[in-house]
Amino acid sequence: MLELRNLTKTYAGKPAVRGVSLTIGAGEFFSLLGPSGCGKTTLLRMLAGFETPDAGEILLDGERLDTVPPHRRACNMIFQRYALFPHLDVAQNVGFGLALRKTPRAELKTRVEETMALVELSGFEGRKVTSLSGGEQQRVAIARALVMRPRFLLLDEPLSALDLKLRQKMQVELGRLQRRLGLTFVFVTHAQDEALSLSDRVAVMSRGLVEQAGTPREIYQRPASAFVAGFIGTSNAFAGRVAAVDGEALTVACGLIGEVRVPLAQAPTAPKARGAAVRLLLRPEQLRVHDDAHGAPALRGGSAAFVVRLTDVLYRGATYELLGENPDLPGLVNLTVTAGGGAAPAAGDCLTLVYDPAEATVIGAEDRA
Amino acid sequence: MKAHGHWLALPLFAWMLTFLAVPLGLVAVYSFLHRGPYGNVVWELTGANYARLLDPLYLTIYALSLRMALAVTAASLAIGLPLALAVARAPAKWRTPAMLLLMVPFLSNFVVRAYAIKILLGSDGPLAALLGAFGADGVSLTDSPLAVWFGMLTNYLPFMVLPIVVALERFDFTLIEAAYDLGATDGQAMRRVLLPLVRAGILSGCLLTFVPALGEFMIPDLLGGARTMLLGNLITEQFLKARDWPFGAALVMLLVALMGAGFWWQQRWEADG
Repeated sequence: MLELRNLTKTYAGKPAVRGVSLTIGAGEFFSLLGPSGCGKTTLLRMLAGFETPDAGEILLDGERLDTVPPHRRACNMIFQRYALFPHLDVAQNVGFGLALRKTPRAELKTRVEETMALVELSGFEGRKVTSLSGGEQQRVAIARALVMRPRFLLLDEPLSALDLKLRQKMQVELGRLQRRLGLTFVFVTHAQDEALSLSDRVAVMSRGLVEQAGTPREIYQRPASAFVAGFIGTSNAFAGRVAAVDGEALTVACGLIGEVRVPLAQAPTAPKARGAAVRLLLRPEQLRVHDDAHGAPALRGGSAAFVVRLTDVLYRGATYELLGENPDLPGLVNLTVTAGGGAAPAAGDCLTLVYDPAEATVIGAEDRA
Repeated sequence: MKAHGHWLALPLFAWMLTFLAVPLGLVAVYSFLHRGPYGNVVWELTGANYARLLDPLYLTIYALSLRMALAVTAASLAIGLPLALAVARAPAKWRTPAMLLLMVPFLSNFVVRAYAIKILLGSDGPLAALLGAFGADGVSLTDSPLAVWFGMLTNYLPFMVLPIVVALERFDFTLIEAAYDLGATDGQAMRRVLLPLVRAGILSGCLLTFVPALGEFMIPDLLGGARTMLLGNLITEQFLKARDWPFGAALVMLLVALMGAGFWWQQRWEADG
């Protein structure tokens, strides 16, 4: 188990990491997700030992790690551009760390071969690393780290240098590898799809702080702040005030939309005082088109509705992404509908949108997004 | 010519032929001729000049020159490598001023610099005063092989540093972090990653220092007094004082052969990479 306690780092007066505390379980695929400059890379480099925290501590299974120099830490890193040694061949790259440890030659050879087989690189031993493709270099970097049998593995945006197809393939492989090895992965990325699809848990970071840490589903379905809601996927935010609070739900008065009763579980971080300014968040796919002609989805009890006029229609193959406006709403409303066999939506169409308040999320109105 | 643009190299080729190959050819021819009684050149082939090269007196001069050039190269490398690292790792805004400071020796007059060193090392200079304060009175370091070594070191240091800086600027320092990450100490990261990858720059620096140091004659003249006679001085003396052009030419051929050996050594080491 890896514990980060109140880690802080400042560069030339500019805070990069401002008091981050996280617990990463053994065998967990943990992602640090955020835009560039949010402190995720600094945090990773502190775990590797390349940066010393100004304050706070890092514990690995209860023992101090932040005071250990990088070459003695029981972790290894996959660098963004792989950082393979260009003057060494593939096998020498993979065996670099073991050779430094004065591993007996026979053992070194077996372990290098085993690890190269694990990442499907057998037969590449004598190749020059500069002659390899991006995906192959990536595998060499992974093998070079895994051969050291680290207690946890650090990955610094390892897929960002690959093209789309290869990136998707490597995502799958990386996930499989992690499950097979049961090794703790700390994965830094700015790509939300990577974080959501690969991780057991994600910490969303912004301006040196952890905005929210949780499973991908928690983060997507119950964003704790406007920043998280805006950074992960697309969200529609409606300003409102808390009208009533009871043991189970928060009732939010949302202007045009009216009063909406949202279960408390969907509003863990929202202020619970009457009259407090809040935001009601709805994902584009949580908005459904109410179709009178076909009667589905029906306007059920408890669902809420409002009307928009479509301004833009984006065809995505399986779905349409629609943008709609309503004079009483600031900004545009995003919604996603399945592209079925019926008539295509067109700009100018007026639609009644319905949604289930049980799916909506309420957060405080502080504007950080 | 198959590739386009080869003819663009023609003027350069003509220049090199006229001012390098032809004079060197003349020197080669002269080295097989006689010295006349009045310092003139007698057109009669002989191998005597080359036999004279092996005179024990001259052999000690070659040995001294080689030793001096090696000592200058070694000291330049010992100072130059950390200096180049400091320049290459400096924040971007400091790098240009640092490079300029390195070039300052090229921008000032050579004789002025030589005399400045003479004063620095002389018996009434600051160094002597400093040693005097520790009880060693009247020490003069000038007019000695040490002064020559020091003069050459200051003169050739930029030739060592610049190629290494260029090599370091192309070096990806993430590789050093990767080495640390895999368990390397500072020394191991240096030996196993940094040095092999900037070796070409280091070899160029060594060659650019060693070759001119081997033929140097001004610095020994100005800082060595009459006491330090190097190969370069021997050659100038044959041409200007002894007026024995053919023997001087043979000495030049020896120097060219030594420099050629240096290049060959560098090429071989680079090819090993």
